[in-house]
Amino acid sequence: MSTQEQAVVHEHRDDIRSRMGMWLFLFSELLLFGGLFFMYSVYRYTHQQDFSIASKEMNTFLGTLNTVILLTSSLTMVLAIVAMQKGKRILSIFYQLVTIAFGLTFMVNKVIEWTHEFKEGNFPGSEVLSSRPPGQILYFGLYYSMVGLHGLHVLVGMTVIGFMTVYTIRNKITPENYVKLEAAGLYWHLVDIIWIFLFPLFYLIT
Amino acid sequence: MEEIKTHDKKTHSYGIYVLVWLTLVALTGLTAAVAGINFGKFSILVAILIAVVKSYLVLTEFMHLKSEERVFRVFALVALLFIVISLTLLFSDYSSYVR
Repeated sequence: MSTQEQAVVHEHRDDIRSRMGMWLFLFSELLLFGGLFFMYSVYRYTHQQDFSIASKEMNTFLGTLNTVILLTSSLTMVLAIVAMQKGKRILSIFYQLVTIAFGLTFMVNKVIEWTHEFKEGNFPGSEVLSSRPPGQILYFGLYYSMVGLHGLHVLVGMTVIGFMTVYTIRNKITPENYVKLEAAGLYWHLVDIIWIFLFPLFYLIT
Repeated sequence: MEEIKTHDKKTHSYGIYVLVWLTLVALTGLTAAVAGINFGKFSILVAILIAVVKSYLVLTEFMHLKSEERVFRVFALVALLFIVISLTLLFSDYSSYVR
């Protein structure tokens, strides 16, 4: 955009500060998840044996698959922005929808995992779980709260991107003004980063 | 001056992002593969280290920290610093914990 054009339309926009606002929100998310990660690290330290036993029950294949799915969704999200920058609206909408579809696939896998755990009786408050050692109860408590909160973020992210798609169709997001799409992208990538840490902590380290 | 920068138009290409994505998937494969190997105490360290590298790539490339203004990187570093401080204080407390 040129200075000239701005002078003509008197458009009051500040994309950099808009993105900064989004980043500040992301830092507050970091506080939310940071506390949970600290809690995890302390309990892992004080209950090493139990955490080791409990984490072996996780479905590593589904965990790895979900990691790849979320990483790929981050790629399609960033490609949606590139497409918009290049003025290809339809392609951008396509990438946005693919991103939502990946998010949905991630959630379906989560449902499969949790259904399995519930069938085994491994859910908070169940008799089976309550009879296990304290450390293992802690492990599953942390697993459900942290992965659950992350899943909630995936759902929110999908909804936000859905709104962006509607905005794109209605020409509220254009190749000249796509800062909303960038903000949605930042949120989606943060959700990805949180999963990047949840994955080894719950699925890999035994 | 300022007003020129506020409506910035960066030119990005698809290629670099696909490359970053390939690296991220490769690192995921690596971390899953080495999870089977017993490094003893270093197992956690290796897994966390790979996660940190992956996050760095997402932050700098996908979240454009690399091309943003310097203040974004300063903010991110300050946030990171506080996590490190909190973890240090937390474990200076728990290192004396006896099971």
